[in-house]
Amino acid sequence: MASLQMAALLSAPSTPVPSDRVRLGALRLSASSSSAARNGGALVVRSEAKVSGGGASARGLSLITHAVAEKAAAASSADSKPGHELLLFEALREGLDEEMERDPTVCVMGEDVGHYGGSYKVTKGLATKYGDLRVLDTPIAENSFTGMGIGSAMTGLRPVVEGMNMGFLLLAYNQISNNCGMLHYTSGGQFKIPIVIRGPGGVGRQLGAEHSQRLESYFQSIPGLQMVACSTPYNAKGLMKAAIRSENPVVLFEHVLLYNLKERIPDEEYVLSLEEAEMVRPGEHVTILTYSRMRYHVMQAAKTLVNKGYDPEVIDIRSLKPFDLYTIGNSIKKTHRVLIVEECMRTGGIGASLRSAIIDNFWDYLDAPILCLSSQDVPTPYAGTLENWTVVQPEQIVAAVEQLCK
Amino acid sequence: MAAALLRRASTSPSASLLRPLSGRLFSSSSDESVLSIETSVPFTGHKIEPPSRMVDTTPKELLSFFSDMALMRRMEIAADSLYKAKLIRGFCHLYDGQEAVAVGMEAAITKADGIITAYRDHCTFLGRGGNLVQAFSELMGRQAGCSNGKGGSMHFYKKDASFYGGHGIVGAQVPLGCGVAFAQKYNKEGAVTFALYGDGAANQGQLFEALNISALWDLPAILVCENNHYGMGTAEWRAAKSPAYYKRGDYVPGLKVDGMDALAVKQACKFAKEYALANGPIILEMDTYRYHGHSMSDPGSTYRTRDEISGVRQVSQERDPIERVRKLILAHDIAPASELKDIEKEVRKQVDDAIAQAKESPMPDASELFTNVYVKGYGAESFGADRKEIRATLP
Repeated sequence: MASLQMAALLSAPSTPVPSDRVRLGALRLSASSSSAARNGGALVVRSEAKVSGGGASARGLSLITHAVAEKAAAASSADSKPGHELLLFEALREGLDEEMERDPTVCVMGEDVGHYGGSYKVTKGLATKYGDLRVLDTPIAENSFTGMGIGSAMTGLRPVVEGMNMGFLLLAYNQISNNCGMLHYTSGGQFKIPIVIRGPGGVGRQLGAEHSQRLESYFQSIPGLQMVACSTPYNAKGLMKAAIRSENPVVLFEHVLLYNLKERIPDEEYVLSLEEAEMVRPGEHVTILTYSRMRYHVMQAAKTLVNKGYDPEVIDIRSLKPFDLYTIGNSIKKTHRVLIVEECMRTGGIGASLRSAIIDNFWDYLDAPILCLSSQDVPTPYAGTLENWTVVQPEQIVAAVEQLCK
Repeated sequence: MAAALLRRASTSPSASLLRPLSGRLFSSSSDESVLSIETSVPFTGHKIEPPSRMVDTTPKELLSFFSDMALMRRMEIAADSLYKAKLIRGFCHLYDGQEAVAVGMEAAITKADGIITAYRDHCTFLGRGGNLVQAFSELMGRQAGCSNGKGGSMHFYKKDASFYGGHGIVGAQVPLGCGVAFAQKYNKEGAVTFALYGDGAANQGQLFEALNISALWDLPAILVCENNHYGMGTAEWRAAKSPAYYKRGDYVPGLKVDGMDALAVKQACKFAKEYALANGPIILEMDTYRYHGHSMSDPGSTYRTRDEISGVRQVSQERDPIERVRKLILAHDIAPASELKDIEKEVRKQVDDAIAQAKESPMPDASELFTNVYVKGYGAESFGADRKEIRATLP
């Protein structure tokens, strides 16, 4: 009876009740990875999940009836909006959890990801759920555990390697550049490296120079690598899932200051495209391209700009490699003015490459030089005021738009 | 010989390496009678009881050792000539002198076990079942190469035989190898991975990092140090405070093996595989020697004398692996000397034919520049990473 209800629950398309699929994940659902197929449009979980009833009932949980009934009441009483609210790190965890459940070859490696639950709680609870062989605590040895992740990816596993801070992955640069990025090419296509390398980077709150690095500028020229940067709970979960499913090595950049952003995300399963940019605010006067934390500074500046009578189009480029020149190009064709706001250093940053790409492709559509606001070419200082001046602030964005639209 | 031919035919589909020879007087090809032969030197163990010096082998196996090593030796010498003729460019690291490691290891394991090595990989590739045409084509950068001509000497791979390459950066392959071992444990395959590195790479930090993790997680990883006593131009005693590489694992047991004795290598690898499946990582140090310099741009005589090379090979130490097996074959009346000579002639012809065939293979197409950078057609509702790649027209 219970298992029938469970099966019905899982096979039903989106109804308010299955939102608790997240909670029900505590039961050891063993979904065969090959069975969860993907629909063309909205992604709905069609799973032949078998509940390992033995395990769950052994824990004395009265599974289905209570959980469904209670949560349904709670969901309907909380508010009438669809979806569920969560913080960005929880969204990342949800994406990771769903992928680990769906595909037994997905495993997580990193420092303190297991028993400790992850230094930013992205992997909290996963070790108890999936065990030590799938959520692996590594010693502090980035070079070798990244290498091991790549080696296991060569055989077909799908590891998610976490750098506790992106800056630490500099120690693994050789592995990421030479092995991760190049093995598919140098082996003539024999080996795929479906690895995900993720971690928080960016300038935080007075973390000091070495813990405030932006590695996207260092990794961007590695051929064979894909880079994405998440900025909201919605795209964090979607990009995490897409990155894990991708056959290519993907570096997922998170930001230390964005982990506690709250947003309501859909209950249905969804996977975002790794190479698509996100239209945050359509407009007519100027295209502002940004990613990660700077998106929020841009949106803050946008409020001021709207009051002043400007109509900026804000695009979160999300995909740092390759650039979504389709979306960006369409925007430039409309507005003819571009402002890039990024957190990378001025020299050799993502903005520099983006500027080149836009000039190469859309020169004829530009009415003004491309402005690029980046962080200063200095190690990030500790003092709070100095740190603020290192990164781009909303006032500078407003001034730049005013200059562009003169 | 027929059985050996069959075995070879199943691993290298295109090249028939040896045609059957006739007029046999001695027992050989299908002879599976067990011979017990003592290794040249006993094994030395570190925190482990070394295996016995008596190795079981068969005449068939000894003959296959001979012909495999002769093939490898001939291939490397031919590569030397091709390099000097400027058909092979860039880096070319030759393995002659060290063939016993590749051949002995293959005799102890299956294709389900993984091997990963550094840039001195031509013979390991052959041992894993790669064929000569693929090897020479890759060296010359042709389409028929095992990596379609895009890898080169240092990037030979054979996925279906669990050969993970072929790596240019010293030491970086060891964490990769431990990762492969991790995957084998994760998938409960009951197989092991041999991660080979040299005495130069033995001083890399990432080795110890990977060893620590492998020992913590009980991974079936076997780290094999092919100690040819020179890290490029630097002798081992000038680079390593402790050149006892088999002891460097500290808490991980180690075994020192005469790497120029194919039977000793076979015994050690068999022993190591059993150990690793049960207990976790183990280090093997193969005491071997390379006759060529580090690579083709290194004459190999500025940091060592020619007397040393010929001494190791034949004069004083008489450690050449092929000669050793030849003596065994002759001593045990497995085949007459003339047959062995015939094998060598045959091998020479095979190599010459393969080179001719490889020379006919064309250079890769210009469009190949952009293929296999990303895996296309992956992921959910996405466009593929190459959607907006900029295609340049090549002159």
